[in-house]
Amino acid sequence: MSQNAIELKNISKYFGPVAANHHVSLTVRKGEILSLLGENGSGKTTLMNMLSGIYYPDEGEIYIDGKEAAIRSPRDAFEHGIGMIHQHFKLVDIFTAAENIILGMEGKGRLNLAEASAKIRALCEKYGFKIDPDEKVYNMSVSEKQTVEIIKQLYRGADILILDEPTAVLTPQETERLFEVLRNMRADGKAIIIITHKLNEVLEISDRVAVLRKGEYIGSIETAQATEKSLTDMMVGHKVDLDIERVDPVTPVPRLFVKNLTCVDKYGAKTLDDVSFEVTSGEIFGIAGIAGAGQKSLLEAIAGLETPVSGSIRFIDPRTGKEEELVGKSPKAIRDMGVALSFVPEDRLGMGLVGAMGMTGNMMVRSYRDGKSLFTETKKPRVLSEDIVKQLDVVTPSINTPVRRLSGGNVQKVLVGREIANSPAVLMTAYAVRGLDINTSYTIYNLLGDEKKRGSAVVFVGEDLDVLLALCDRIMVLSSGQVTGIVDARSATKEQIGLMMTQRRKGA
Amino acid sequence: MQFVLTVLKSFFTSAFFHAAVMQGIPLLYGAVGEILTEKSGNLNLGIAGIMYMGGIGGLIGAFLYENAAASPIPFVAMMVSILSALLLATLGGLIYAVLTITFRANQNVTGLALTTFGVGFGNFMGGSIMKLTGKTGQITVYLTGKAFKSTFAFAASETVVNNPFLNAICTMFFSYGFLTYFAIAIAVAAGYFLARTRKGLNLRAVGESPATADANNINVSRYKYVAICVGAAIAGLGGLYFVMEYMGGTWQNDAFGDRGWLAIALVIFALWKPVRAIWASILFGGLYVLYTRIPIAGATQEFFKMVPYVVTIIVLGITSFRKRPEDQPPQSLGLAYFREER
Amino acid sequence: MKKEQTLREPFVRMVKRDAMPGWQRACIYALALLLALIVCSAVIVAFTGLNPVTVFKTMFETTFGTPDLAWKNRAMSIWTTVRDTMILLCVALALVPAFRMRFWNIGGEGQILVGGLATAFAMRQFGDAMPTWLLFTYMVCFSLLAGMVWGLLPAVFKAFWNTNETLFTLMMNYIAIQIVSAFSILWEAKQGSGSIGVINKATKAGHMTTSWLSGAFGTKNYIIDVMIVLALTILIFVYMKYTKHGYELTVVGESGNTARYAGINVRRVIIRTMALSGALCGLAGFILVSGSSHTISTNTAGGRGFTAIIVAWLAKFNPFMMIVISFFLVFMDYGAKGVATSCGLNKAFSDIITGIILFFILGSEFFINYRLVFRGGRKEAL
Repeated sequence: MSQNAIELKNISKYFGPVAANHHVSLTVRKGEILSLLGENGSGKTTLMNMLSGIYYPDEGEIYIDGKEAAIRSPRDAFEHGIGMIHQHFKLVDIFTAAENIILGMEGKGRLNLAEASAKIRALCEKYGFKIDPDEKVYNMSVSEKQTVEIIKQLYRGADILILDEPTAVLTPQETERLFEVLRNMRADGKAIIIITHKLNEVLEISDRVAVLRKGEYIGSIETAQATEKSLTDMMVGHKVDLDIERVDPVTPVPRLFVKNLTCVDKYGAKTLDDVSFEVTSGEIFGIAGIAGAGQKSLLEAIAGLETPVSGSIRFIDPRTGKEEELVGKSPKAIRDMGVALSFVPEDRLGMGLVGAMGMTGNMMVRSYRDGKSLFTETKKPRVLSEDIVKQLDVVTPSINTPVRRLSGGNVQKVLVGREIANSPAVLMTAYAVRGLDINTSYTIYNLLGDEKKRGSAVVFVGEDLDVLLALCDRIMVLSSGQVTGIVDARSATKEQIGLMMTQRRKGA
Repeated sequence: MQFVLTVLKSFFTSAFFHAAVMQGIPLLYGAVGEILTEKSGNLNLGIAGIMYMGGIGGLIGAFLYENAAASPIPFVAMMVSILSALLLATLGGLIYAVLTITFRANQNVTGLALTTFGVGFGNFMGGSIMKLTGKTGQITVYLTGKAFKSTFAFAASETVVNNPFLNAICTMFFSYGFLTYFAIAIAVAAGYFLARTRKGLNLRAVGESPATADANNINVSRYKYVAICVGAAIAGLGGLYFVMEYMGGTWQNDAFGDRGWLAIALVIFALWKPVRAIWASILFGGLYVLYTRIPIAGATQEFFKMVPYVVTIIVLGITSFRKRPEDQPPQSLGLAYFREER
Repeated sequence: MKKEQTLREPFVRMVKRDAMPGWQRACIYALALLLALIVCSAVIVAFTGLNPVTVFKTMFETTFGTPDLAWKNRAMSIWTTVRDTMILLCVALALVPAFRMRFWNIGGEGQILVGGLATAFAMRQFGDAMPTWLLFTYMVCFSLLAGMVWGLLPAVFKAFWNTNETLFTLMMNYIAIQIVSAFSILWEAKQGSGSIGVINKATKAGHMTTSWLSGAFGTKNYIIDVMIVLALTILIFVYMKYTKHGYELTVVGESGNTARYAGINVRRVIIRTMALSGALCGLAGFILVSGSSHTISTNTAGGRGFTAIIVAWLAKFNPFMMIVISFFLVFMDYGAKGVATSCGLNKAFSDIITGIILFFILGSEFFINYRLVFRGGRKEAL
């Protein structure tokens, strides 16, 4: 019997020319909670997907309980006692917890739910879960659903549990309860890997921390010897100088006032908590934060796609100088006033573009209503498409090729190009350069810079701190829906922002 | 008042109940078959065609056997006809399954094409088989039809016939061929399968969320194939019942009418629960023949035939309005499942 | 290492194809059609014992008339084929906006019937009391309105409560059938016949007639049907491609999120589009009653509401492609019926042939949308 539950040796995984993981070695002991820490895109999830059988490593070996193992499918992972709890729960809503837990398991033909429920209750008792096995999933809160996923793995005899950002969807109280359960499981000898980028939680729950950065394994450290500062340094690395042209804002005037904005998701959890800030013309206002800190909610609330529970968003119309309340206005009315949103969601085509249409058709999403005639005007959108193709070097067979067939980067150029084309008073972009190569990224930075020079207020939600620091004038940091600070991008440091991204506002 | 009384009187007779059951059983077979299919996430609009295929399959099987055997044995004739009905109906289901699962064709379009094919196949064979085998006249398999209709001997005994109460009970419950009781048995079995077995649970998961089922090591395609083919076989028995027990072993063009679609309506009405489909099918059967019992003539009768559909729409409307999760159609009904390559 | 890699690869897997050039697509369809015809020939030979060539000759003759027939009679068979093509096309066109919005309108059959019934009602009610132009205005308006109501009901439920439209529209068909059936008795020509017979037989009020064109295109034909439907083809093409409505409904069908983002009122679009779709199906009912049968029965729609779905789908919603497919299906239908009649077999034979061809075409689309990747091929790439 080895005392290492898992040992990864020199694991690499490439997607095309990109190394998602490069020579990563990692050990998890039995009866230990290991935090896997890293920024977005640092390769944490890819690494864990290789343990759960979704990917197969291109190089390196995996040892489980001291023996070399080949994990080719989720089934293999299951047989090695590895259970992964994904961020997106895979549960059947109209089934009870017990039904979901035993779903797909082998056994007697007849379903013995009473027996399963009893076993589940015993597990709950043992580890301190609070859940009713006979409750339907659609009645459950997010945290209860997560509990079901965890019990499902334990029920099936998993000894190694991997949790992918388990606290992202939980309230502080629920997080506390989850940690309690995890400690109980550790005491029972289970090995637990928890993927996260919240430093306070890392320090609270784990025994050791392993850090990944840009696919590379940086190292691991005993939690007892770690501080938020040392972890942040490991996570973000040293500052990289980017050569982005930045001019000072010219005669800035206020453009957008956001006051005490609070939004909730469909489960009632706060996605934005009392957010206040202002944006002026001629500046790039950066928003930093870990994934899911409230960026999406904020932009959608401003664009009128989401209705806040409280707070106000006031827009000063540069044409009239009048102050207008945006809350309660339709997305169309808000856009007509000159507030543009280009949001690049995880699936790029999800919002803002129509995959089956060509570029011209997609330009029309914004402009198809123009004019009084019954017919759509296609000449201007066509000219615009051609302009965008030229300006941003969009690679497409023709402007009529469905945008679904374009590569991710080109799709993004289409979206960003369209939003800029309207010369908006406020331009909001989220993850505008996600997945783009360096040259294209710079093209986009320059475009945003031009908008700024034109006097537009640019809101830039970004992921890469180096870019935020080099491009923006001011940066607001969000953490769990709260503003943890607004800093001057010219003087702030990466470490400072990194800390603010992971800290929780006092008294919350 | 007098009118209402007359209606009620004709309604609560054993003869009416008997007629309702006779009408309801084909619907019950169709509905149970369709429930199994829909629980796998596939909306099979070809069920009407499949029921025709089952009916004509049974008829051809019996016909060939009766003609081939020197002295046909009723029991063997029945078995031959059931097997050939199952065979042809399953074939229909298999066509649909291959096209929608393996070839990912659109479910609705494929179903409609299958109905065109199946109804055409039934009518063509029913109308042409005599000529094709060098005979003339209308196809009948009197012997097999009689075998299917044979029921409990005691129901015709003198004690029963002379006792009004016993007679009524026997008319209501013990006056049918075995396919009637088999239908109820299958519905109960299907209900048990879906609610109480591991495979039933897996099947429901496939129809609700194939991605979840897939993540739990359930072979989505295999479950869909089996559910569709078994569902088709069960629906085919509905066609067989109609041809043998209702029509007495003969074929008439389009006699089966819109019962295939009514079976789909019944699925909604029964809220995808096979056991509920049992009494619902008898209710639908009753509504279907209600007009024959009401002493009003002509056009109003036709309005009565509309009732099952109106009721179904109301049920559909109410369930979507109330949004009770258990009463909804399977979540992924009508959607093809494709595990995206990463 | 390498060995494990191959172990993990299934022998063959499917990958979504990006795009396929038009000629390749045409080749796949042609191949499917060829296979279908081979299977059909086999079926035909099995049942009729006839030489397939003779069979296809018979099919042509039924559709286009026998060469040795007088031209007048041949023209009539051709016109009948053309008329049925046009009506099927009309229904398919009516379904396009709904399907483009991903709204499964299986209720064409019922929408046609209520449209036809409304037409028949206007003909009976006002037939003798009105000038022709007014009568026709009434007839057209009534048919449009009736079809619209039939389309609106499921649309409203879909828009507000997300009620499954496939099942709803399907049920609406049978309600329409029963209503028509009731009126067939209410209006029956002879007591107990259960059929209405030709409406306004003596006066011909409300019958479409070529005399309007003062016989410019001949008299015994269906040129007006053709003109109406071809005009509709162009209208639908323009509506879908060049109007704001067409644009909105396409966005709604493609991505609900983007529609929301673009500020489109999704509910209103669903309701408006289905009103249009239903109304045009009603118009098909008008053409059937006024332009060809001059009566109404439960068989008036004759399954066109369902066949049209197949037409629209196979044509990938391209109105001009629909002309070809409608014609093809009508041709197969008439042709196979002709073959069956000439051999003394049941006319339903045509449905079997149509069904087989549809199966092959539906199956072939897989090869247009997906690519098969074999295990061997992948290894070379590595």
